[in-house]
Order: sequence, then structure tokens, then C-alpha cells
Amino acid sequence: MKILWLQSGGCGGCTQSMLCVEPRPLFDELRDAGIEFLWHPALSLESGEEAQQVLEDCAAGRLAFDVLCVEGAMLRGPNGSGKFHLMAGNGRPLTEWVERLAGQARWVFAIGSCTAYGGLSASTPGNPLEACGLQYDTNTLGGLLGASFQSRGGLPVVNIAGCPTHPGWIVDTLEKLALEGLSVADLDEFGRPLLYADQLVHHGCGRNEFYEFKASAEKHSDLGCLMENLGCKGTQAHADCNLRPWNGNGSCVKGGFACIACTEPGFEAPGHAFQQTPKVAGIPIGLPTDMPKAWFVALAALSKSATPKRVRDNAVVDHPVVRPAVKKAQK
Amino acid sequence: MKRIQLGPFNRVEGDLEVGLDVEAGQVVAAQVNSPLFRGFEQILVGRLAEDSLAIVPRICGICSVAQSAAAAAALADLAGVTPPANGVLVQRLILATENLADHLTHFYLFFMPDFARPAYAGRPWYDQTAARFMAVKGQASGPALQARARFFHLIGLLAGRWPHTLAIQPGGSSKAMTAAERTRVLAVLREFRAFLEGALLGDRLENFAALADGQALQAWAAGRSADFPLFLRAATDLALERTGRATDRFLSYGAYGLFASGLWQPDRAPDEGILDQLDPAKITEDTRHAWLAESPPYPPARGETVVNAEKAGAYTWCKAPRYAGQVVETGALARQLVAGNPLARDLVASHGGSVTVRIVARMIELATVLPAMEQWVRAIVPGEAFCQPAPLPESGEGVGLVEAARGGLGHWLSVKRGRIERYQIIAPTTWNFSPRDRAGQPGPLEQALIGLPAGDGALPTVQHVVRSFDPCMVCTVH
Repeated sequence: MKILWLQSGGCGGCTQSMLCVEPRPLFDELRDAGIEFLWHPALSLESGEEAQQVLEDCAAGRLAFDVLCVEGAMLRGPNGSGKFHLMAGNGRPLTEWVERLAGQARWVFAIGSCTAYGGLSASTPGNPLEACGLQYDTNTLGGLLGASFQSRGGLPVVNIAGCPTHPGWIVDTLEKLALEGLSVADLDEFGRPLLYADQLVHHGCGRNEFYEFKASAEKHSDLGCLMENLGCKGTQAHADCNLRPWNGNGSCVKGGFACIACTEPGFEAPGHAFQQTPKVAGIPIGLPTDMPKAWFVALAALSKSATPKRVRDNAVVDHPVVRPAVKKAQK
Repeated sequence: MKRIQLGPFNRVEGDLEVGLDVEAGQVVAAQVNSPLFRGFEQILVGRLAEDSLAIVPRICGICSVAQSAAAAAALADLAGVTPPANGVLVQRLILATENLADHLTHFYLFFMPDFARPAYAGRPWYDQTAARFMAVKGQASGPALQARARFFHLIGLLAGRWPHTLAIQPGGSSKAMTAAERTRVLAVLREFRAFLEGALLGDRLENFAALADGQALQAWAAGRSADFPLFLRAATDLALERTGRATDRFLSYGAYGLFASGLWQPDRAPDEGILDQLDPAKITEDTRHAWLAESPPYPPARGETVVNAEKAGAYTWCKAPRYAGQVVETGALARQLVAGNPLARDLVASHGGSVTVRIVARMIELATVLPAMEQWVRAIVPGEAFCQPAPLPESGEGVGLVEAARGGLGHWLSVKRGRIERYQIIAPTTWNFSPRDRAGQPGPLEQALIGLPAGDGALPTVQHVVRSFDPCMVCTVH
């Protein structure tokens, strides 16, 4: 399976993240699954005219490839000219290259939330860059390729969202496609592969005991639950970050900072401070979506009243100050 | 005269186009173009000041921690706080991990594959070099990727994830290291050391760090079997120690409390003050040849970024930063020259800044910073504070100057009623890949390309020179 990769209005972080895939080095892992890069801007040898020739042959249908992976938002401005991102060496807008190549690809993958939904460039007031995703404009279908776009392989754009996307999300999706195929049933409402998007960041969160008792962190570096005060959206964000670790054994909440729901369309402009929880009458407004609010409030009040001292005290410090009691065996 | 337009210039971070005027097979003038604009300085305006911590890492996927660190430093400056000792140490560890990983990524994935080009077939070093460094397929890429991924476990442990962590805060770090993590982090550092000492250098880091001059370097490399000595063999054959000279004026903001800040140029005797104090007030940005509204060269605290896509005479989205009106180079070499590393200074004294010495400077950093990281971990005191609250004032200004892998990175912000009123960023590659300014002075790379062979049949010398700066174009155009 041959991959052609392009980068546009993004930071390159999804490629950099992909290079961290483990346990095997990326190139070995992909090769043994029968996957190769026909061209990748960060990794391939071919530069300049050689690279342009590859792209032109692909766009004209002379050179076959399977997956078009695009990383970064589509910058259509100013005034629809695409001049905010021209391809080096030939001066044509990247948006034009993407449209031509998407027409030839069997499958089109949006790598990262910028490409999927528009990203930070789209959240500048007034969106002067005219930024959008491949098939979404934030959470509305549309984008550069249009709401009804289907690639030759019969799929809409596959949105491997995340800012950045986890290396495992890309590699597993590519391998699933190469070895077993991919169908619409494998994607959620926003085009994300269910292999990582049918879970919540909350699942497997190491702070769950604090969550259960609503024992909340008050400041950065506290050990408690980050939902009540520090803006954590782990109960609403679709991703398996606490089940599939980052960089060995990390995750945002393990690093001491809140989930900002970077796999969700529009996460870039939440309407409140990223690391603060908006509240009405002391109650967070962003409660878990699948739980009735009244029940949540009632249960939270009950669990707070039952919080063990250990959990309450440890929630507001950066090292545990009360150890779990040791149960002595009965003689 | 012939005009050559090189692009897409891949194996750099982001988008780069290089225009060359060639006469009799030699470059007589160069224009460096960043054909991508992202507008982060506008995205930040109107946001809450603390939101910059979530936004600025996303300027760059390869040096996102450096962007974080600059924003956190600017906010700390605004708030008037200094992180506790543990917080400072963890911030340094996180930034150093990214910077050293960048040096590794650059060497193995971006820079060395050009020596595997068929143009070099027949050179005595070619077969071995091509087998190791061929893009994607070379023997070295697997182990290097694995070493890099394993080294990033330090960030997994202390900063949650890479790229785009929020762990670096104005008041320190959001993650306190536990005793168990201290043991694990030391193991991560040992593993990375083993790769550097085995595959890359073929010697103890301390032995390499102690090399005092170019002669000692050549003697050290002779007969040594490892990846960096392999580069030196090719570089010496191609005379890359005399290739790719820019202005020979270098700027560093200083890093990790280990490398000093200042300006350095080789033709000044020590008693004339080789190491000038850095005065950030002398930094300005010029927009003359950028697709940005014309303005006087403002200091970044007053600077603006206003698009003018139809501007005559413009050829890039990159501004031209200048120090006291002069063109300066930044990066690992600048850091080492300012810090007084004898090997870097000797090589520059002999031939000026060059491809070879820029690569050597990155190796010096790998060999000196990793042992320092081992010391920082040991200096951390579990149980003591890692982060202190840093309440921000409603109004004020802040400056954050840090060293990313590619050189000096500065954030200048002002805040009014809690919201960002102005946010200006000068990234390392904005310095190195800047266009001409209003005085017509070409930027460092534009100068470094003059005189190189180019055109049909030329060796890929231009490629080596461009990549010797390890450009990061997404930062450049932020």
C-alpha cells in the first residue's frame, strides 16, 4: 500500500508524533505490514524537481498510489486565492494540489485535527486565512472537498483527529486498512476511526479515584481530579489516551494538566480559559454528556460527603501525604 | 545568468523555497522564501493571557516545548514570579530532551540522507554512508528512531506527552517527579547515552566534550567507527569546513543556566569584549521584503503582523529580525561560541561558520547537555515544591527568551484587562532564513549560499548548507 503525504497549514507535529511509534521503529513497522511512503515531505530523499515530478504524476493519474495523507489545515485565503500556502517550487496553492490528488486517491486520510476540522488557523477571529478541514468546517460537513466527497475506495475522508494525533492512531488505522480494509462502520459521526474514538479520555484515567469522590485539584501540579476546577474535558473527549499511553507511559492528565479535548472539532476556541472549568452557581457546565445533570449533582454531593481523608488531602498536593491504609491479616 | 527555483525543499520542518541566481555554475544571489503563513500572532490577540500556553506549542510540532517554555517565561515575567528550584530543573529537563532529540532527528533523518545521493557514488566513503543513511531505508534510521522514541519517555514521565504538552507553567511544572519516576528518568538518560556513545560517537560523551580544537577532532575521528566520524570523513573530503559561511556574527539567549547569553564574532580580540552583553532592546524586525504591511523596523514589543499579500518587492512571509541593524546567526553553533566551547571557537576561527562546524556544535551539545541532565535529575528534591501559583496581573508586558534547538526563540506579549493585546514571536529560523531588510542586507542563509556550485550536474552542496541550519519553517512563519 503506497502512501502519498502532504503538509499544509499545520505544525508538522503529527508527523513528529508518528515517528515516536513504539515498540518497533516506524519504517520497520510499516514495511512489514506492506505499507510504504511513495513520498513524504519530512522523510523522503526526493527534493525539488524530482519531488514535483512524483506529485504531478500522481495528480495526473500516471502514478498509482493508495492513500493520500494530508497534515495541516487547508488555507483557502486570501480571497480564495490559496496564496497563504503555495507549494514551494511551483507556486500552485496547496489546496489545488490536494483537490487534484484527492481525486486520484483510493482513500484520503486527514492527519490531525487541523486537517480534519480546520484547526487553530480557522479560529482566528473572522478566519482571515479562510482555513478549513478536508471535509469539515469545524463541526459542519463541507470543508475543501465538500460534504459529499467520497474517495475512489468509497469512503469519506478518514479523520485521524487529535492535536497532535497519537502515533498509534495513525499506524493502526493504516494497518487496519492495509490488512483488513476499512468501512464506514469503522468510523464515528465525525469520521474518526472507532479504534480509538469509541472511548473517552476519562476511561483509564489515573485520577479516577479522585473523580469518584469529587476530590478536586485546585492548582496545577495537584493530584486531584482536574474536572471541577482546571478545565478537564476527559469525560467528553473521544480518545483512548489513558488506555494507550503517550511516549511510554504518559498522558495529559498524567502530566498534571487537563484534557482540552483536542480530538473534538472546535476545541481551539472553547469559549472559556483552557485550564479553567466554567461554572454556573458553582456547578461545572461541561458535565459528562450521557449523564442527567440532576443525577450528577446529587451523586457528586453524596460522594463529596463520603470522601476518605486520604483522597481529600492528597487531591490538593503534588505528592501523596496520606498513604493507603495497610490491612493486617486476621490471626 | 540563470534563475533556479528549488522546491519543495523537503526534509526540513515546514515549507521552504530557495531561489538562486547562477552564473558560470556558481550562486551569485539567493532568495529564501517561506511560502506558508499561519497567523498565530493574530490567533493570540484577544485571548486570555494564560491560553497562550495551550496555543503556542501548536506553532511547531518539532519544537513545541521550546514554544511552551518561551510563553511560560513571558507569563512568568508578566506575573513577576520565579519557579521553585524543582520547577526550574524539570523545565530544563523537558526542554533539553526536546532539543537533544531534535539534534538526533536532524542528523539521522534530515541531514545525512543527502550524502547517500547517487552524485557521490565512487567517493571512498560513499558505500558505507549510503548504506547507513539512505532516506527511510538506511540501516541507521531504525535504531535512531527507536533511540528517539525511547528518549521521549522522559517527556511521557514528566510532561505527559510530546508534542504539545501543557506541563511547563509560569510557576514551574504541573508534574511533580516521584521517587519511582526519578529512577526511571535516570534509566531513560542512560539508555540514550548508550545510543550516543555506541552508534553516534563511538566514544564516551565526556571524551568527545573535552576535544579542544580541530586538530584534536580529526585525530579523534581517525579510524573511529561510528556515524558522526563517518560524516566527518565525507565532510573533510568535500571541504564542508569551508562551505556555507554566513555573517560570522552569532547570537544566543543562553540556555539551561549552562550556556551563557551574548553575541560573538571571531574577529574581535578578547580584550575588546568578544562576548558582548546581549541587549534585547536592540532587536528589531523588518517587513520590507515580506508580504506584510510596510512599517519601520519595530522592536517586537511594538511590532505588528498585518498581511499585505500583494506587496511589491516581497518574496516571503518571513520578517527580517536584526540585532542593532545587523544580520546575526543563531543556533547550536551560536550557543557554543558564546558559551566559549574551545572546539567550536577554533573551527570558526579557522574557516568561519560552516556546514561542518554547525554539525559539530550539535554533537557538542549532545555530549555536554546529557551529562548535565543526569545532574539535574539528581538535584531534584522530591517532596519539595515543583510549581507555585503565578496569578497574572490584569495589564502589563512580558518577555520570554529561550533557546530552542535551532537557536534563540523570543516571545513578547502585552496584556490589557486580562486579554492579550499584542503577541510577537521571533523564532530561530526567522533569524537564519530571513529575507533582505530595508538596507538590502540578505539574511544569513542568503549570504551562506553565495559562491556555491549550483545548476545542472552540481553536487548537492546547496542542500548541505541549507540543512546545516536545521530549518524549522513552521516556526519561521508562525
